[in-house]
Formats: sequence, C-alpha cells, structure tokens
Amino acid sequence: MSVYLDYQSSKPVDPRVVEIMLPYLHDKSGNPSSLHRVGDTATEVLEASRAAVARFIGAERDEIIFTSGATESNNLALVGHALRNKDKGNHIIISEIEHISILNITKYLEKNGFTVSRVPVDQFGRIAIEKISERVTDKTIMVSIGYANNEIGTIQQIETIGRLCRDKGITFHTDAVAAEGLIPIDVKRDNIDLMALSSNDIYGPQGLGVLYVKKGIRINPLIIGGGQERGLRSGTENIAAIAGMKRAAEIMGEEMATETKRLQRYRDRLIEKVLDLVPRSYLNGHPTLRLPNNAHFRFEGIEGESLLLSFKEKDIAVSTGSACSSKTLEPSHTLIALGLLHEEAHGSLQITFGRFNKDSDLETLLQTLPQIVKRLRKLSPLYKWEV
Amino acid sequence: MAREEKCIYLDNNATTPTDPRVLDAMLPYFHTMPGNPSSIHAAGRKARQAVDSARGRVSALLGCRSDEIYFTSGGTESDNIAIKGTCFAQEERKKIITSSIEHHAVLTVCEYMQKFGYELVKVPVDRHGIVDLDFLNRAVDDHTLLVSIMHANNETGTIEPIQKIIEITRRHGAIFHTDAVQTVGKIPIDTNALMVDMLSLSGHKFYGPKGIGALYVRRGIRFDPLAHGGHHERSKRAGTENVPGIIGLGEACAIALNEMTAEELRLKALRDRLWQSIWEKIPKVSLNGHPTERLSGTLNFSVEYVEGESMLLKLDLEGICASSGSACTSGSLEASHVLVAMGIPHALAHGSLRFSLGRFNTEKDTDAVINVLPGIVEKLREISPLYQR
Repeated sequence: MSVYLDYQSSKPVDPRVVEIMLPYLHDKSGNPSSLHRVGDTATEVLEASRAAVARFIGAERDEIIFTSGATESNNLALVGHALRNKDKGNHIIISEIEHISILNITKYLEKNGFTVSRVPVDQFGRIAIEKISERVTDKTIMVSIGYANNEIGTIQQIETIGRLCRDKGITFHTDAVAAEGLIPIDVKRDNIDLMALSSNDIYGPQGLGVLYVKKGIRINPLIIGGGQERGLRSGTENIAAIAGMKRAAEIMGEEMATETKRLQRYRDRLIEKVLDLVPRSYLNGHPTLRLPNNAHFRFEGIEGESLLLSFKEKDIAVSTGSACSSKTLEPSHTLIALGLLHEEAHGSLQITFGRFNKDSDLETLLQTLPQIVKRLRKLSPLYKWEV
Repeated sequence: MAREEKCIYLDNNATTPTDPRVLDAMLPYFHTMPGNPSSIHAAGRKARQAVDSARGRVSALLGCRSDEIYFTSGGTESDNIAIKGTCFAQEERKKIITSSIEHHAVLTVCEYMQKFGYELVKVPVDRHGIVDLDFLNRAVDDHTLLVSIMHANNETGTIEPIQKIIEITRRHGAIFHTDAVQTVGKIPIDTNALMVDMLSLSGHKFYGPKGIGALYVRRGIRFDPLAHGGHHERSKRAGTENVPGIIGLGEACAIALNEMTAEELRLKALRDRLWQSIWEKIPKVSLNGHPTERLSGTLNFSVEYVEGESMLLKLDLEGICASSGSACTSGSLEASHVLVAMGIPHALAHGSLRFSLGRFNTEKDTDAVINVLPGIVEKLREISPLYQR
C-alpha cells in the first residue's frame, strides 16, 4: 500500500471537485465569449467561481484574475507590476527563501534595469520586519514575501509586513501557495495588494491559478490577445478547472478549521516521535510558527537522496525539498539561508500531510523512518557515532 | 440557469466538447495518480512518464521530435511566447510580418511589439481570405525577424498556402510562426516537411481539454521564456505541469491522428449539404471564405438585410448554438475584422453567420438548421427597413 506524504509538491484533486468538473469537461464546455446559451452557462460558472475564490480570501469578486497556475500568477504580479510602475521606481525587495519562481523572476527583472534586495532570515526562517524597512528606499515599488515557506513551512508575519508596505505606499505581493488552505488568509486584514494562489493547493484541479489584484493596483498583462480577465489575462477560460476551483474553495472554507487540527495532530506526533526515537535528528524551520501539515527534519550523517530512495523502496512518497529543485544536486537555497552547512542541508527530509492521509499513514511512517535512518547511518562514512 | 437544456452545438471553432475517450484518459490523473513530475518518488516518476508519453503523441501528430514540443496553457499563451519570445531573444532584426486576418492573440501581440521598435506589416488578403503572396514577397526582407501567419482562419475556415509562405520567408532567413489552433487535429501537418519554425496549438479546439496547449519550436530556433520560475519544459515555460491536461492533449492528438482523414470527409459532406440547402431555401445569401481551400467543418456566410446577432439569438431560442464570428469579439458590435479585410461590405459582414461542425454533429443537427433558418431569416427580413421583396 503506497503512502503519499508529499502534499507540498502536488495534491490529489478532491473527488467531490472532480465530480463537479465532469459535466464541464464534456457537454457543458462552452466558450464564455460566445453569445449562445452554452457560452452563457460558461460565463455564469466563471463569475460564480470568481465570487467563491474571493470569499475564501476576503476579497471582492472583481479582484480575482484566473491564470494557468501560481507561477504565471507570480510572473504576472512581479513583471506586470514592475513594468507598469517603472516610472515610480526600480527597486524590489524579496527574501532569501522565496520560491524559485520569485527568485528567477527577479533575476529576469534585474537584467531589465531593476534592482532587487534579498532580505535574510533568522535560523527558523523568519523575516524580521526591520530587515525589510531598512532596505526601503524612495525607489522601492514592491515587496514580495511568501506567506509561508514551501519547504520548511515557516509562517511569516504577513499582516505586519503588509502594514509596513501600506504605510510607505509600496505594493505588497505575497506568494500564498504554500499557506492557502492551511492557515486563514484575509487580504484585507493582511494588507495584501497582490497575491498568487494555486487551485491544486486547495485540492482543485491542476493548471489553474489565481492572482488577487487589489482595486487600484495597476499591472501590465503578460499574455495578451482576446482581452479576457479584464484584459489582464487573455486566452479562452479553462471552465472545467474554474468550476472545480469554486468547489475546492467552498469545501476548504467549510472544512479547513477541523482539518488543520487533524493535520496538526499528525505533525506534532511525528515531530515528537522522530526527535525522540532518532538520535542526532533536528527540526528545520520554526518550532511553532509553521504550517500545520509540515515537518522538516535533518539527520546527521545522511544524504537526503539516499533517504528518498529508501522511502521509495517502501512505497512512501516524501521529499527532500522543493519539487522544482529536487532533481538538481544543489542544496536547497532555503536551508542554506537558515545558516545550515551544505552537508546538513543535504541530510534533510520533508514530510507534508494532507486531506487523504489516515492515521495508518502516520503509523507506517513512524515504523519505517527510524529503521531507514539507522540502516543508512550504518553504511555512512560520515556518521561518526555508534548506530 | 433555466436555459441550460441541451443545445445543438454548431460552434466547434470556438471550442469543442471534450471527447469522452480524452476524459477517460485524464481522469486517473486528477485524484488516484497525483504526483508532481519534478518529484523523484514513485508518484512523481509516474507523472513524468505520463507527460513524456503525451509529448510523444503530440509530436507524432505534428511529425516533429518530442523535444520540440513545449506544453503551455493554451493557444493564446503559445502565440505570446512565439512572438514575444523570438523578438526578445535577439536584437538584429526589427520587422514583423503578419496578416490582416489573424486571431487577436497574434494581432495584439504583434501590435504590442511596435512599442519596442518593431516595424509591423500586415499582409492583405483576397476576397476568399487568402494572403496576398506577391505583397508578402515584397514585404519580407533581410530585416524581417518573424512572419506569423495563421494556418487556417477561425471565422471563415480558409486555409492559407503556408508552404508557399514558408518558401518566401526562408529566402530571407526569417522565422515562420503559424497559429494552427484551427488546423491541428483536423488536417495533416508535417512540421518537418513544411519546415515550419514555430506552431501554436490548443487542446480545446480539437476535443481535448481547455487550459492546455503547446508550442512547437524547431530545434535551433532561439526564444526567450515568457514566465520565469522552475526548470519546467527545458526552462522555457515555468510552472508545475498540468498533468491531466497534458494527458488529455496527448490523447486528443492520438485520436486525431487515427481518425482525422475519415472525419474530414464526413464533415465536408455534412457541411456541403447544409450549404446547398441554405443556398436553395434562402435568397440572397453568399459564402464567406474560400470555396475549396477551407476547413471541412466551417461554413460562414452572409445573409443580406439581416443582422448576424439577431439570427444568433433566434437560433438560440430554437436550441441551436452558432456564431457570428470569432467568439472573442462576438460580444462586441464591430464588424469582423476578417470579413472586412476580405473586402466584404460592412452591411454584409454584419449579416454573417458561422456554423462550425465537429465530431459529435450528425445530419440531425444540420437538418435542424435547415428546418428553422429559412423561417428565421424571413421573419427578420420582414421587419428590416432595408429589405424589399
């Protein structure tokens, strides 16, 4: 029986969501730009979904733009805002532990005349507000800080960062993909101007994302053409997926409070047991201000890749870090930013729980993990202690 | 939602229903087989294999190598990447040539590039919608970076002579891109034999899902990515792969490869019979588009003294879904830029109607049109101040 514990990389779409999508995938699939009744139905779905997503994050309906995914949303937010507002300034502030999409987008912006400051984090992955404010100049047009980190799960003080930006008249963008559906997000309370979401991260279909654009915030489109999404994102709307995300947002709104308590129980028991059972094991990230489903360990004397392969033999899916970089041999930039050495960063393991995990999944992991670590340490020339 | 009952769907150029076989292929990848293709555990590896296999099926339909296929979110994104990407990857050549009948996804992007110092030339078309090859021949020069001309037009179905267009383009070392969203899966395309450099396609125009498309880029053609992020699609298109969408697109390509030859013959017979009946039963109608070089399922015609929108609404009441032009502009009151470019007078362009037939249409559907359309036109003409019996 396979055990899936890599919900951060990808989530199964909820069967209730798939069910809603089916008719739109086949005979109800209209083009919302058409005038006939099939097109009308598509328009209704589009607007109802926009409203549901807006409710989920405390936004207004017309502040929701559908995209093909969170990476596109991040591109639209950063590139679109930077190009639109370059007459106001050319300075952007991010952190050292942003998602790879933010890192690469800002590298691209640097090649095009923008300057980027990268704020360091503390040993837990938290960003101190002063570290941001001391970097603000009169050229600063945007701050982009992830709501929570996709690898170590550390949650940032988004409301305070948002307040700082609002006071200084700087646009605040947050990549909320890792946090959505796990902690309550309210764009008004949190003073957010631009926010990227992914449909799959709330158990909706793949290939759909959202950019929240606060009223009054001006951005340039990235993909132009037929003028859909108020001209900010052209292309025929992915109606089935949009119908799916509506259902996904509704379910999440109803179930999140109870569900996160369940996931947090798994997380806390896992962390407690592992630190107790496995000598020289450590928790990466913040002890308390972390996503309720995230446990991130490092084990002295062990390579993350050999850990992964051992779990693979047992048919347990886990991760060593971001899926986007898990194939490269570079250690995670997030772990390095925490101050870990390369060899420490390489010995890391990420477990993320989700909606379809059962108690038995946790028990299987608890039975397997200590043995795997023990076996690998026996083989490891790096591990200097007795196993 | 009162009007949600089934309709006779004759608007397949706007979007097609997803084939049930495509849907069956996709379904396991929503829930039972999650997995990010970039993950190295078993679930991730399975997703990666499925994506690779789908890429192979897309390339088989296009006669190219699988590493020449980049998955995108659809035709519009593919067009954006092709045009902006080639422009931003170089600085030497500063001229773009397109046609006056392109889809907005191409026209808007070409016009946008003018802000970056690109000269834009729009090649006119003849009354059938075929691009003027002599004009093109004079326009292409050594400063020309890109020629982007659609393979077939979405409104009229006219198929462009892209082989000749490519010969002209290559003579000056320019890149040729074609928006082929209306032809992929309908007529054979051999990118290798044709020497196409870039080609955009969209899943939902040939019975695949919405939200997925691809850009074919011949090996060696340089282009910059539009979205930055992870190293997906060989670092040319960042973003976690839409696995079910990609599987669906692969399946749609495989089905098309097997069935399109026979299907085109069937649609052509259906369409020609429909036009024959309309022509016989309704006076003063005229065909828009090329009489023979035309997509088999597309029928666009003008009805004198009648507004296209009025006919659409009446047809809708009869349970028939059609279009008066491209879906993207049919909400606006402007006459179709395509018909106007073909020299069709505004009055006639406003009276145009498009039926686009597809895989799930049968004679019953076209018979329904033949039964109601003459009556609709007659009623509308009776109230038209322009019409005199």
